[in-house]
Amino acid sequence: MLVKIKLNGQMIQEDVHPQTLLLDWLRDHGCYSVKRGCETANCGLCTVWLDEKPILSCAMLVSRCNGHAIVTLEGMQEQAKEFAHFMANQGAEQCGFCTPGLIMNVFAMEKELKNPTEDEIKEYLAGNLCRCTGYMSQLRAIKAYLNRGEQS
Amino acid sequence: MLRINTIVFPETIDEAYTLLSKNKKNRVLGGMIWLKMEDIQIPCAIDLSKLSLDTIEETEEEFKIGAMVTLREMEINEPLNKSFGNVFKDAFKDIVGVQMRNMATLGGSIYSRFGFSDVICALLCLECEVETYKHGRISLEEFTKLDYEQDIVEYIYIKKTGLKSAFTCVRNSSTDICTLNASCTKYEDHYKFCIGARPAIAKVYNCPLDDVSLDVLCGSNMRGSKEYREKLVEGLVTRLVRKVDGDAC
Repeated sequence: MLVKIKLNGQMIQEDVHPQTLLLDWLRDHGCYSVKRGCETANCGLCTVWLDEKPILSCAMLVSRCNGHAIVTLEGMQEQAKEFAHFMANQGAEQCGFCTPGLIMNVFAMEKELKNPTEDEIKEYLAGNLCRCTGYMSQLRAIKAYLNRGEQS
Repeated sequence: MLRINTIVFPETIDEAYTLLSKNKKNRVLGGMIWLKMEDIQIPCAIDLSKLSLDTIEETEEEFKIGAMVTLREMEINEPLNKSFGNVFKDAFKDIVGVQMRNMATLGGSIYSRFGFSDVICALLCLECEVETYKHGRISLEEFTKLDYEQDIVEYIYIKKTGLKSAFTCVRNSSTDICTLNASCTKYEDHYKFCIGARPAIAKVYNCPLDDVSLDVLCGSNMRGSKEYREKLVEGLVTRLVRKVDGDAC
């Protein structure tokens, strides 16, 4: 099937197999930030944006993305660099495998929620699992990042 | 592993049903969360995204919700939640994560009729009807009792009753499938409870306002024993009654 997809601002037109998952297609196009985790739509590692909404690329067929826009962490490098300082300051990363998916969802939350409370942050990011950090350092980094305007 | 030979995007519901009925292995795609984990071959996968089934419409009497509306869209729809006491917010917020709820569709959740479904449990305590291609408009309760057949869920209708409703559940861990879920609507002369994840599909129980003892048929699975679930029923029912009666809980 012929699809036209805007990937990180660049239009791509090509033939895809009906059962190709978005996750595989993205990695084939050099988006290695998109990680293969649980493959059961639970862990959030493969989070990308479809038309500015966070979704799980392991459970999405690329043929269903025809005519839509996909953004991965490769398309948000400037923002990601800024966020990385807050993560580093709090020691909020160990193996780092879950980080790209988490960052994509944090950015989605930032767009969707105005001044989220701690409970709202936890609720929004509940679908991003991390087996290393225990979440507390991540939470501190996210709160500091969201409050960066006030701090400066 | 899921294998798909071809995917089609019909432009009318008649076309979608014709394609579906061509082969008993053809499937309609919802959010694909569960379907993706099956080990099946689908000759023709049918995507309904061109049928304009992705809207939540409100009239004076009811809400009309398309099958392709996502759980997240229902969760954050203010008029919908305001009309039914945040039932949808409460019922959907713990389903895995925002990303998953941005994909999972109402139609997929309804058609699948999973025993653990928070969606069906939340809707069953309301005055809810399902419109399918084959059956037309029937009550959700009736739909949950039907056998699986090749059909397409098109819309869900929820009547505005102005009655108070609430949802609650117990999970072994955050974002896991429920061990037990329950919802309730308070009518003038009775409570309408719905108990799900028993682990069988959610079931409706009506009882008078002055006697809320429910005889709920529970079973055991890896998430909880029959006896544990029966104890949970008592706790959740008490919690729901407090909620719909307006007491703090």
